Amino acid sequence: MKYIITVTALAFLNTFAVAQSAEEIIQKVDENMISSTQISTSEMVIYGRRNTRTVTSKNYAEGTENSFTEYLSPAREKGTKMLKLDDQLWIYNPSSDRTIQISGHMLKQSVMGSDLSYEDMMEERELVEMYEPSIIGEEEIDGRQTWKLELNAIVDDPTYERQTIWVDQERFVPLKQEMFAKSGRLLKRVTLRDVQLFGDRWYPTKMNYKDVLKDGKGTDFIISDIEFDVDIPAYIFTKASLRK
Amino acid sequence: MKIAFQIACKNLMGAGLRTWLNVGVLSFVFVIIILFNGLIEGWSEQSIDQSIEWEYANGHLLNEDYDPLDPFSIEDGHGNINDVSTAGLTPVLIRQATIYPQGRMKTILLKGIRSDQNTIKLPTQALDSSSAEIPAIIGVRTAEVANLTEGDQVLLRWRDKNGTFDAADITIAEIFNTSVASVDNGQIWISIEKLWQMTDLKNEATYLIADDSYSHQNVDGWRFENQDALLSEFRELIQIEKYSSSILYLVLLIIALIAIFDTQVLSIFRRQKEIGTYVALGMTRVEVLRLFTVEGALYSVFGVIAGLIYGIPLFIWVNEVGISFPDYYQDMGINMPSTIYPEFAVWLIALTAVILILSATLVSLIPARKIVQMNPVNALKGKIQ
Repeated sequence: MKYIITVTALAFLNTFAVAQSAEEIIQKVDENMISSTQISTSEMVIYGRRNTRTVTSKNYAEGTENSFTEYLSPAREKGTKMLKLDDQLWIYNPSSDRTIQISGHMLKQSVMGSDLSYEDMMEERELVEMYEPSIIGEEEIDGRQTWKLELNAIVDDPTYERQTIWVDQERFVPLKQEMFAKSGRLLKRVTLRDVQLFGDRWYPTKMNYKDVLKDGKGTDFIISDIEFDVDIPAYIFTKASLRK
Repeated sequence: MKIAFQIACKNLMGAGLRTWLNVGVLSFVFVIIILFNGLIEGWSEQSIDQSIEWEYANGHLLNEDYDPLDPFSIEDGHGNINDVSTAGLTPVLIRQATIYPQGRMKTILLKGIRSDQNTIKLPTQALDSSSAEIPAIIGVRTAEVANLTEGDQVLLRWRDKNGTFDAADITIAEIFNTSVASVDNGQIWISIEKLWQMTDLKNEATYLIADDSYSHQNVDGWRFENQDALLSEFRELIQIEKYSSSILYLVLLIIALIAIFDTQVLSIFRRQKEIGTYVALGMTRVEVLRLFTVEGALYSVFGVIAGLIYGIPLFIWVNEVGISFPDYYQDMGINMPSTIYPEFAVWLIALTAVILILSATLVSLIPARKIVQMNPVNALKGKIQ
């Protein structure tokens, strides 16, 4: 009897410790992936059925709320700018010299033909706010030891009801993320590679977004240059900056 | 007048090929105008009938936030039907979704409707008879674009009322064929009870279709559009089509009338001695003028008769077999049957004949007016005046 009580107590304590640990892991992932401000230059490689397109852009971000993107190439997209302020999104097109607000159904459309939708870019909540994590295993990915966590939504309106995330045990960087529908069907997979140290922060510089329901190689997102916690002039996150 | 008619007939017969060329051109114009008008009438009649049968029924009760012409209004343009007396009404809920046929992504409208409805012609009973988890019916155009056949399964991704993604396989229970592209293109119909369950939007509808028993009373948050209001846009389209077609008729008519005008000018120039003789024999210049005008008008009368001789069997035949059009027009969303059976009303034939004869008479009169100013002696000598 004494033995049973001891084992039960240990099991309970262990469960509690693991739950604590899972939340801490996700919190550390959020802290690592989200900075107060961020300026980056990136390439988006879109693999189509017939050809591959590369779109380069300069991105400014303030937390998860505000972001500003200016497309630098190809020539057809050059000068296109995108501004996100909280839950609103505007796009400026230089050829028509018009700014349009993206809302409703348009948010579901793909960004420049990629596997990313505008809505994917609009998610501004941290993982810890939206999901209850639990560690379901450990796996090795590209030679790195990871925790495999299952995230179940605790809010009413998550984009994905459930996610599985593989987090580097040392660097607290996700190396793989899978998003599931309510029915349990896998919808999207994000693979994160080439993790580099920027100051005291580890950050993946190559990401592949893949809509698994669709054929193709998905969309690569490659960061060529990134700075964290730098001062960004306030005018960048205003509608006036779209026409500058 | 009788003499003028007899002489005109003899002159026309005597002119041989010249007469028959004019008659041929006029009859062609006569037949083409009737054929085109009949085609537009047939298209209008058939499309209106089909739209009522397949889509509009006795009218639509639409949620006030839903605008059928604005896809952005689909997201929030729905309301609870518990607030509405649903007697004589069939609810329809529309959501945006995505299908993945053969690994391709395609955005569609997912529409929920009662499987036991009889208000519109959609074969919704197939949704009940299928044993599949989510049976669906689609039109031939959607089936062709998505490369789907009956019994196929395709992955559907949608969002619930909170915006959370969900996905499941749907099974194509039946593929229907309709000329009403607006219930087919890019649309998948499933049971509304299933859609309510899938989206957590229980008892919500975007619009309700009224049957013949429905009598409208104002309901807050909803607006009723009767059959005429729903068809008004299509009727405007037909009207525009009629106006644009009348340009074609005008061009054809002008070509035919130029031929008559030309013949008349030549006749008056070459038949000066004949005109002089008529006057010398006691005809007044107005009577001679009448003779030439009747000659011109007779071209159109013969044209109409010739047109009726070969046109009536042609109209009957075309009315029977119809005229087929490529799917291209329906793919553009225009409500157009793949085969149109033209409608030829008697008034249409009579009106076209009257317009043709009147305009030909008028055109014949213009060059013939010169006869009034002719000097009969010079005319007899054949001097150019």
